[in-house]
Amino acid sequence: MRTVLKTEKLHKVYTLGSLFRRIKINALDDVNLEVVSDQPVIVSLVGESGSGKTTLAKVVLRLVEPSAGSAMVCDHLVAGKGTKPTKREFLTTVQPIFQNPFEAFSSYRTVDSYLERTAIYVNQLSRREAIDAISQALASVGLKYADVKGKYPNQFSGGELQRVSVARALLPHPKIIIADEPVSMIDASLRMNVINLFLALKRDFGTSFLYITHDLATAYYISDYIAVMYRGCIVEFGQARAVLSEPQHPYTKLLLDSIPSTRWKWERKIAESDIETKEYRFTGCKFHNRCPLAQDICRQKRPQVVRLSDGRDVYCHLVQ
Amino acid sequence: MIRLKNLVAKYTTVRGQVAAVDGVHLEVPDGIILGVAGESGCGKTTLMKVIYGDIGFPLSLASGSVEYGFCTERGEPVTTTNIRDYWFKRISYIPQSSMSALNPVIRINRQFVDFRRNSKREADILDRVRQYVQELGLPAEAIDAYPHQLSGGMRQRIMVAMATFFHPDIILADEPTTALDVVVQKGILLLLMNLQEKMKNTIFLVSHDMGVHYQITHRMLIMYAAKAVEYGDTNAVFERPLHPYTRLLIESLPTIGDTQTRQGVAGRPPSLWSDLRGCRFADRCPFAREICRMEEPQLREYCAGHMAACHFVDRFM
Ligand SMILES: Nc1ncnc2c1ncn2[C@@H]1O[C@H](COP(=O)(O)OP(=O)(O)OP(=O)(O)O)[C@@H](O)[C@H]1O
Ligand SMILES: Nc1ncnc2c1ncn2[C@@H]1O[C@H](COP(=O)(O)OP(=O)(O)OP(=O)(O)O)[C@@H](O)[C@H]1O
Ligand SMILES: [Mg+2]
Ligand SMILES: [Mg+2]
Repeated sequence: MRTVLKTEKLHKVYTLGSLFRRIKINALDDVNLEVVSDQPVIVSLVGESGSGKTTLAKVVLRLVEPSAGSAMVCDHLVAGKGTKPTKREFLTTVQPIFQNPFEAFSSYRTVDSYLERTAIYVNQLSRREAIDAISQALASVGLKYADVKGKYPNQFSGGELQRVSVARALLPHPKIIIADEPVSMIDASLRMNVINLFLALKRDFGTSFLYITHDLATAYYISDYIAVMYRGCIVEFGQARAVLSEPQHPYTKLLLDSIPSTRWKWERKIAESDIETKEYRFTGCKFHNRCPLAQDICRQKRPQVVRLSDGRDVYCHLVQ
Repeated sequence: MIRLKNLVAKYTTVRGQVAAVDGVHLEVPDGIILGVAGESGCGKTTLMKVIYGDIGFPLSLASGSVEYGFCTERGEPVTTTNIRDYWFKRISYIPQSSMSALNPVIRINRQFVDFRRNSKREADILDRVRQYVQELGLPAEAIDAYPHQLSGGMRQRIMVAMATFFHPDIILADEPTTALDVVVQKGILLLLMNLQEKMKNTIFLVSHDMGVHYQITHRMLIMYAAKAVEYGDTNAVFERPLHPYTRLLIESLPTIGDTQTRQGVAGRPPSLWSDLRGCRFADRCPFAREICRMEEPQLREYCAGHMAACHFVDRFM
């Protein structure tokens, strides 16, 4: 069996604020995840804004050093003791699609120069071959090479640039793509094309994905596993369809209830808002002050993982 | 009433000029939330820039103008030429990827204060900002941070706070919640709705999420390849979309519980650089006929306030 993704006791602490109002944020607070499989898998990572999803992705991509713990991706140790730097091999194993495409490309370089660099350096293609490969990758996301060539990032729309990022990640045929909100700026009609492209890559090239998203419907549609994060912690992890059809953690339930439907309209009451950073420091369950079911134990103790009969992990005192 | 009069906006590049907004002509009633949807690259952001009056190389307004429905102190109507004088006070803009619109090397509190330097004491404003930011569910400390220290969602909320802080008449929000989780998104959208009802201002809301449009907008504009293809009351658009592209937009997304394979709309949107003839959606339209490829359909009113640009609207009526 291959370890597609594994994290052990992963922590990342950031400090935030000025000298006088300094606070610590546990962007990752004891994250334990394990996905082993012989088949390629798509793992979705969903959850609150600011819950540490991008931080986790960056640890896996070796862009952020965790404060503690270890991480492994496609049998490569990427964080923790014994990590070896092996650059090119790493790039053919793991490729990123960054959350904000405008930050992913420098505004002083043409976008196609990135594509070329990836094709020539990582794939070791000649220039001619590189252009062919690039045209093909761009076509698969609905773009034409001629419309991309020679243009700078600010000459693209958000969705176009996002599709260029997707195309760039496809070039090296990596074993796993870490896709941080790869379709957030793409409209419905093209979004499904990109999502189906991910499924096709999984089927035809054995590519695995870590798919970070706020779009729970596409997560349901493509993923095998799903992890739900809340304030630095995993709250629920398991088979995607089971978790999303029968959520067990109260936060997962709240998430699913908040999806804007096109069939019925919301009741107009504003949910109370909490001050986020305080909750990062709770000793109990981080969700307790918003949880309709909270009891004393939830305020006092961090919930341990409970493994349910369908193999899913839930971090909640009230789930048996 | 805000009048968009025959707007044509072009980008100049080394390849020549390309029209990213091509003949958009609409009237937007005051005091509503107008949703704008359409495929990626169809000109939504460009349209927002034009309405904001943020026109400058490489973007130029080749023809048309915007009338905002309010006047200068001298009683002249405000149009595209002088709207800049009313930035922040009467019109504000939450740009797309506003996460990167914040200046990365300046703390957020400075960016807040900077745009109204002379208007009262700074500390005073900062206190109000701090309180306001908390109302939006952010820690007050967030405004002392540098943008890169905040998550995408937090930055987006800071931008929403900045744009609504001065209660302008018109707010242009370009995908204000795409970076947010659905719980926070719902909070922000309900907040925007409440603010809008209180301030009675007009909000232009660009989003790819049809659910968001259904929940909070009063009217909807659907764009395709630089053109307005449908415009009508949100409920009518959802109940009876007139343009086949709108129909596909509403139908193509998966829902939880439904395991069917979903196809996106086959094909790709036309390159704005190509020779565009006839209906721009024809190549991807399951109903296209000869005339669709030859003749451009005009945006016409089919029922009260509900317009579409399609040769075969009758099919859906
Ligand atoms: N460089 C940094 N310095 C300080 N704090 C940081 C830094 N990067 C991230 N953080 C904080 O860590 C937390 C997690 O951020 P992260 O970007 O991982 O969240 P996320 O789950 O990806 O959120 P989103 O859904 O909004 O993209 C946030 O509270 C953020 O403010
Ligand atoms: N600075 C620029 N120079 C040249 N072309 C540009 C420039 N900015 C945008 N464009 C082009 O104009 C068209 C419209 O872009 P715009 O950003 O308005 O699209 P959009 O509808 O907002 O798309 P998205 O949903 O992806 O954000 C696109 O084809 C884009 O490539
Ligand atoms: Mg993120
Ligand atoms: Mg845009």
